[in-house]
Amino acid sequence: MAEENAWRKIEGDEEVVRTCAWSPPGCHPVGCGVKLHIKDGKLVKVEGDETHPITQGRLCVRCLTLPEYIYHPDRILTPLYRDPKDRGKDKWNPITWDEALDIIEEKVNYVKENWGPESQVVLQGTGRESTLYASAMAYACLGTPNQSSPLSGQACYGPRCTVADFLLGAGYPELDYAAFFPDRYDDPRYEVPKYIILWGKDPLFSNPDGFFGHAIIDLMKRGTKLITIDPRVTWLGVKAEYHLQLRPGTDAAVGLGLLHVVIGEDLYDHEFVEKWCFGFEDLAERVKDWTPERVAEVAWVDPDALVGAARAFATNAPSSIMWGLALDTATNGVQASQTLLDLAAICGYMDVPGGITLAVPASFMGKWRFEIINKLPAELKAKKILNPKYLAWNATATQAHDDAVLDALETDKPYPVKLVWIFSSNPLACCGVQPKRWLEALKRTEFNVVQDVFMTPTAMGACDLFLPLATYAEHDGVVLPHFGRNTHFLGAMNKAIEVGDCKSDIEICIAVGKRLNPAEWPWDTAAEFFTAQIKPNIGLTFEELQDEGIHMQSFEYRKYETGGLRPDGEPGFNTTTGLIELKSTLYPDWNEDALPYFEEPFYSPYSDKISDEEKAEYPLVLTTGGRVTASFHSEHRQIPSLRAITPDAIVEIHPETAAKYGIEEGDWVCMENSLGRAIEKAHLTTKLDPRVVHAHHGWWYPEQEAEEPNLYGVFKSAVNELIPHDNCSVLGWGAPYKNVICKIYKVNSLDD
Amino acid sequence: MKTHGLLIDFKYCTGCHACEIACKNEHDIAMDEWGIKVFEFGPQKLKGKWAWDYLPMPTDLCDLCTERREAGKKPACVHHCLADCMAVVPVEEISARMQEAGDKVVSYIP
Repeated sequence: MAEENAWRKIEGDEEVVRTCAWSPPGCHPVGCGVKLHIKDGKLVKVEGDETHPITQGRLCVRCLTLPEYIYHPDRILTPLYRDPKDRGKDKWNPITWDEALDIIEEKVNYVKENWGPESQVVLQGTGRESTLYASAMAYACLGTPNQSSPLSGQACYGPRCTVADFLLGAGYPELDYAAFFPDRYDDPRYEVPKYIILWGKDPLFSNPDGFFGHAIIDLMKRGTKLITIDPRVTWLGVKAEYHLQLRPGTDAAVGLGLLHVVIGEDLYDHEFVEKWCFGFEDLAERVKDWTPERVAEVAWVDPDALVGAARAFATNAPSSIMWGLALDTATNGVQASQTLLDLAAICGYMDVPGGITLAVPASFMGKWRFEIINKLPAELKAKKILNPKYLAWNATATQAHDDAVLDALETDKPYPVKLVWIFSSNPLACCGVQPKRWLEALKRTEFNVVQDVFMTPTAMGACDLFLPLATYAEHDGVVLPHFGRNTHFLGAMNKAIEVGDCKSDIEICIAVGKRLNPAEWPWDTAAEFFTAQIKPNIGLTFEELQDEGIHMQSFEYRKYETGGLRPDGEPGFNTTTGLIELKSTLYPDWNEDALPYFEEPFYSPYSDKISDEEKAEYPLVLTTGGRVTASFHSEHRQIPSLRAITPDAIVEIHPETAAKYGIEEGDWVCMENSLGRAIEKAHLTTKLDPRVVHAHHGWWYPEQEAEEPNLYGVFKSAVNELIPHDNCSVLGWGAPYKNVICKIYKVNSLDD
Repeated sequence: MKTHGLLIDFKYCTGCHACEIACKNEHDIAMDEWGIKVFEFGPQKLKGKWAWDYLPMPTDLCDLCTERREAGKKPACVHHCLADCMAVVPVEEISARMQEAGDKVVSYIP
């Protein structure tokens, strides 16, 4: 048994290791406090750590079932290799890490010599710890400028961060839930928000980007009232004072309507607007015509609820807004996000107690993962895979454009992609739109590597080398809520057990880096790497961080008054004007309107971009991706206790609509449009408008046949088959994952 | 005579299932058996107003985690409840605690 220390205690015949959770298993960097109970070197139980400042002992079912995940018989425990000619067949052979590294070295050098370093692409997933290190694999190991994700329009967090950067010059604006204060809600500096708008966000089970979802409940107990904006009546929507039940994809219209009321009724914070906002008069002019009646017509929102919500929010300081993924998953989402930030700004809720916290982006070690690209020669950086039409992206983004990467894989333009490294992602089951296209595109390469915990449809269908990942209980690491973009603490992740021959994402980077580019990888262990990253920022070595457990970051409100938001230390915001840009000074250079506007989704019942025949054939609005507690995106489908909670992919249909199509509770239902089809199980519920259906995402069936063409049934419930490729905003961010059209009909089985 | 009850301020219960799994872990309960189980009402409108509630119910397997409480810990369900809406309360305090919680509160003596 290991010796006791600050984070490891002996209790009877067990060791108890305190640590912060991240992933795998998949989750966002909330860094929940857990106590891992170890007996004879094996994890026997997980408990919540009651000393953790945010979670205080509370823990969700995904961590509570961690032993099922770690010791699952299907888990991959050693590197696997398969001849590229056998893609899609279950012909994997176990190999050692040395053999795996030999193969990587040979294949990478072969591809580099024949097609250049730029012909390699690293694709990252979402949420997981890997998001910190995918860029290092691209820039510092493989030496390619092409790091991207298999999303469309980076429609997950990226758009919101980018819009915040453009308009506020700040990191991710987050609800103030006293996360920075060790004594939390009792801190004398803190004020409880009077209202919180939850906009396209149901945080209880999504725990987005580092936010502990049930902090909303903490605040409700302390008097906070809710305003929800969601096409579904969520559980929080039922508890809300106002619920704005909008048509999917019309968030910008709702935002323009809220601004219309707040400005028209003179409910805004004049002093803040005069001192700290740019473009107010033009914004006022822009929203003048967006009457509640017009919003009701466009967005199906009850006009009285819209007016009530706007008044309640603007006249009860401090109040706050949380913005959700729905703002990213719409082509018009950039503008919806602009209305949201404008609303919070003119009400004076930016960086005040109980409002929205702002931070300098990329604090702690978040910065390194982007700056490492500067190690590449300029002419190589210039070869990044981009789409020339996305001027804003091309001028400002570090990553290759997601949709342009799929185009390059399919067409060899601007050049062939010959090696893809899938860095903890399962695009066929989850984030990729048009997943059948992704499969065929990935098959066109010379060599594909994947790192994951379980065999996935993506690995089985298209990869040649599988590198087995260690869970958070099995490796040293750090947790960085909001990936460094508004980070209240840095948490230590402590290795408690060893299982098989698995490595963490950063350990894989170090091993590969030492082979391919040793100059950039002087560290022998993850701990050495972390010390090098964090010591310059917080003065602690990794071991000292482990002893501290959680290192809280200090926080100051109203940083625009003190110079805390600008690198030059001057008051104001880090934008061209030094003010919050209600009207962007950047957008016109990128062919985008400086002010927010509403644009009808491309595939909608009112779109003028598709034919009347197509609209008549597919009369329903399809939205996707509502979260459940028992899975993180496409993960956890094989964990028995979790699958028992959510056994099936569910399509939610209003009973009237179901009756019209002869569908009953529990029937298998096919959703279909001109792009594709998917089958899920019907659940009839009045929480949706009869004109809208909602489908679960991320479904595959680990219990089914692994080999092609079935690939664990991944295409059966692939709702992303109905989502268009490259339907992004003018700026290049955002894609319509949550707002297309479809028809529905009853089928006999999942296999129909 | 039972000395304690399980008080649940169920207006805050979000149906997260943490109590069910934490209980199974603590008492080594099979997947298809339960020490506590969450029931759901709604979402549906009642006389025009939305209602959607969850209510965990302890079963015959619940002993309010006697062993844990003797060791100075909270019962597994109470400890892990994401909404922090459960508590073990001495029976003589139950009525006062229910009044304090206001509405939508229940107490069990399992």
